[in-house]
Amino acid sequence: MGDVLTADDMEPLARGAALLGAGGGGDPYIGALMARRALQAQGPVDIVSVEDVPDDAVVFPVAMMGAPTVMVEKLPSIQQVTAAVDALAGHLDRTPTHVACIEAGGVNSTIPIVAAAALGLPLVDGDGMGRAFPELQMALPALSGVMVSPLAISDDKGNIGILETVSNIWAERLARTATVEMGCSSIVSLFAMSGTQVRECFVPATLSGCVRLGRSIERARTFESDMSPVATVLEQMSAQLLITGKVVDIVRRTVSGFARGEARVEGAGDISDGPLILHFQNEHLIAQRGNRILATTPDLILVVDKDTGEPITTEALRFGHRVAVLAASAHPRWHTPDAIKLVGPKYFGYDTDPVTATRPKNQEMS
Amino acid sequence: MRIGIDVGGTNTDAVLIDGTTVLATHKSPTTVDVTAGIVEALAALQDQHPFEPTAIRGVMIGTTHFINALIEGARLTPTAALRLGLPATASLPPLVDWPDRLVTAIHGRAYLAHGGHEFDGRHIAELDTDELRRHASDMAAHGIRSIAISSVFSPVNNEFENEAAQILTDELGEDIAISLSHEIGRIGLLERENATIINAALRELASSIVDGLASSISGHGITAPLYLSQNDGTLMDVEYARRYPVATFASGPTNSMRGAALLSGVDTCAVVDVGGTTSDIGVLTAGFPREATTEIHVAGIRTNFRMPDVLSIGIGGGSHVLQDGDDVTVGPRSVGHNLSREARIFGGPVLTASDVAVAAGLADFGDPRAVEDLAPGLVKAALQRISNDVADGIERMRTSPEPLPVVAVGGGSILLSDELPGCGEVRRPEHFAVANAIGAAIAQVGGEVDRVYAIEPGRRESVIDEARQEAIDRAVAAGADPSAVEIVDFDEVPLPYLPGNATRVRCKAVGDLSLEQ
Repeated sequence: MGDVLTADDMEPLARGAALLGAGGGGDPYIGALMARRALQAQGPVDIVSVEDVPDDAVVFPVAMMGAPTVMVEKLPSIQQVTAAVDALAGHLDRTPTHVACIEAGGVNSTIPIVAAAALGLPLVDGDGMGRAFPELQMALPALSGVMVSPLAISDDKGNIGILETVSNIWAERLARTATVEMGCSSIVSLFAMSGTQVRECFVPATLSGCVRLGRSIERARTFESDMSPVATVLEQMSAQLLITGKVVDIVRRTVSGFARGEARVEGAGDISDGPLILHFQNEHLIAQRGNRILATTPDLILVVDKDTGEPITTEALRFGHRVAVLAASAHPRWHTPDAIKLVGPKYFGYDTDPVTATRPKNQEMS
Repeated sequence: MRIGIDVGGTNTDAVLIDGTTVLATHKSPTTVDVTAGIVEALAALQDQHPFEPTAIRGVMIGTTHFINALIEGARLTPTAALRLGLPATASLPPLVDWPDRLVTAIHGRAYLAHGGHEFDGRHIAELDTDELRRHASDMAAHGIRSIAISSVFSPVNNEFENEAAQILTDELGEDIAISLSHEIGRIGLLERENATIINAALRELASSIVDGLASSISGHGITAPLYLSQNDGTLMDVEYARRYPVATFASGPTNSMRGAALLSGVDTCAVVDVGGTTSDIGVLTAGFPREATTEIHVAGIRTNFRMPDVLSIGIGGGSHVLQDGDDVTVGPRSVGHNLSREARIFGGPVLTASDVAVAAGLADFGDPRAVEDLAPGLVKAALQRISNDVADGIERMRTSPEPLPVVAVGGGSILLSDELPGCGEVRRPEHFAVANAIGAAIAQVGGEVDRVYAIEPGRRESVIDEARQEAIDRAVAAGADPSAVEIVDFDEVPLPYLPGNATRVRCKAVGDLSLEQ
């Protein structure tokens, strides 16, 4: 494609990525600021579409692990980001040819841009989820047999770890423990793969899609387009509108370290179906109305401000918010039986079968 | 008796009140010499309702000086921003996202040093006294007179900020002004640090303004203490005001909301201020504005200090009125300041909400003949639309399903019908012109805790008690009567993706001033 990402793309990219976070993934502001600075210092980063990645490319995804709340306080550094990639390269004795994004939802859309700018490497335009999920193994490459480990983990102090694990779950478990010890924020480079594997398991065009989505929303907000921000999101994400209404009740409780919550959204006009109930943990996971389940993980459930289209994170959701709740299809590979075991409602502790959002005409973000 | 004074950008308002009874009011244009303006206001109150200066129990002043100084980039102190967090955080140093103009205006210099905490209270690195001394001598060499100190996770543990402040004071002398981030903002390092830097840059101006205000009061023979109003509707004494000028930034809207509420006799209500381009809606609960939970930009700087939560919707006197078949929309586009050129009643081409108001006989200005031809159906539909949209905005700001009285103020409030759908009757207080000053005069004092706790199993109750007690202690330290302090706000939110039940607890206590004379 010969496209580039520039410093000016970071704000729209962050806005689009926040939507793909489906209520989680963290506020991308800090990541966008870091990426903007890296791009200003190093110049634009080349982005390579998934189909143009050479078969023998050595692709290293990189991501932030831990709590976004920590990241807005203990800001990561560029050295910490490059250290993880360098450590994995040293361990594998391979020189990466491309950097990639594993999670386009939220802050992890921006970390690979920091890495690509600082390392002078091209970036793959796509990601391993097409949304945000809370655990390392919850990525499409895992379904295609690409292993999470070997994994390199780095912290702010210069500590670096390499994990060679017997399974993806062990990689998650050990990296999580290390991350907590590192202050609940680390950078990981993982899922090293070839160009062929990228084509097999990546959701294509998500980063450029986030930039486009972010720009369209901005145009809608400044009246430069005829569509409202919410209509823009619906169209660009091929999403369906579940309800427009008001948050009338919200309950949060912490169960074994996981913040679990339920919110009730009451519709403005037609109330015959009753309120919409949202079940959320770090992300929005289930939307139901009465006994009818309308949408579940792995599809994306988005809660946005009904006027501005601004995504509302699970943490920020509160009584009185006027919201639109949208459901967008996840990548079709997320609906295979193996994937449902990995990220379906039962994995998150809900006794519910997954519901597939009405399949839109085109699978990818247009 | 108390005196409330609001020094706005345009007008200075003053009131003399006894309890909640307004005894005298005065409004005059704000003078360049603010002190002279206050002297004049006091004399005018004295004329209207003679009083013994010694019978005044307190003088409460709300001022926009500090936010205006920041916006204008004028009279700011040369400021250093010192962050304790190395080896973390270096890629985004202090002042990173500031407009260049303001960095220049404060002669801003950024310093990074070792220190900071993890989310759970462990040290990221120990303080390095020699490193801090080196920074201090560089600050001295560059003429720095005020320092903002931020430390990673200082809302969890403030020890490093306090220790660094002591080291810098030892090096640079007692005259150096030091502002600490944990006293100003909440979690979110850059935003808290930014608010602290703004505060630091205003310190010298704060001293001179406070001195000027104090001398104009004592010049009138008033011996009562002077207080300044804060963003959250509570008061700070002059010593506090010298150290935390940033806490006055949004006192104008807060005072006006609180004053309007008092005048209309309700302390839990929505206040709608209808201006030219927007209607600003705030909510008071037990007399205090609800605070915004998101980041707020001030003069192009992202901050997170406590500001009232105000929803602006695009409806005002200058809003465009458009008809598309049966559908009539009002705003959000507006002719704004150009109302007197662009509205039909002023010979312009644009149909605005003001034209509709004149056509409906709700207002009398401009040339009513210019709107004689408007279809009555259109006028009615436009007004209905305005009421519906404002009612919708109020609905959005509500925090519970309970009915919420509505108080309307501002020049554009004529656009609202007397009953709003779903909100009931609209109250329109009479003395609104001086509501700012009344809001200042009735203020109480408060204390707040906003911190992250790792709540161990079975410890929730004691953590909550601890937070409540600390908020109460802070209110008493700020001058509240210990027998009348109440918790007015409490909130706990578990933080996502964090282990160990890390929970953000916010608690606010408020009480009447103990005025002892």
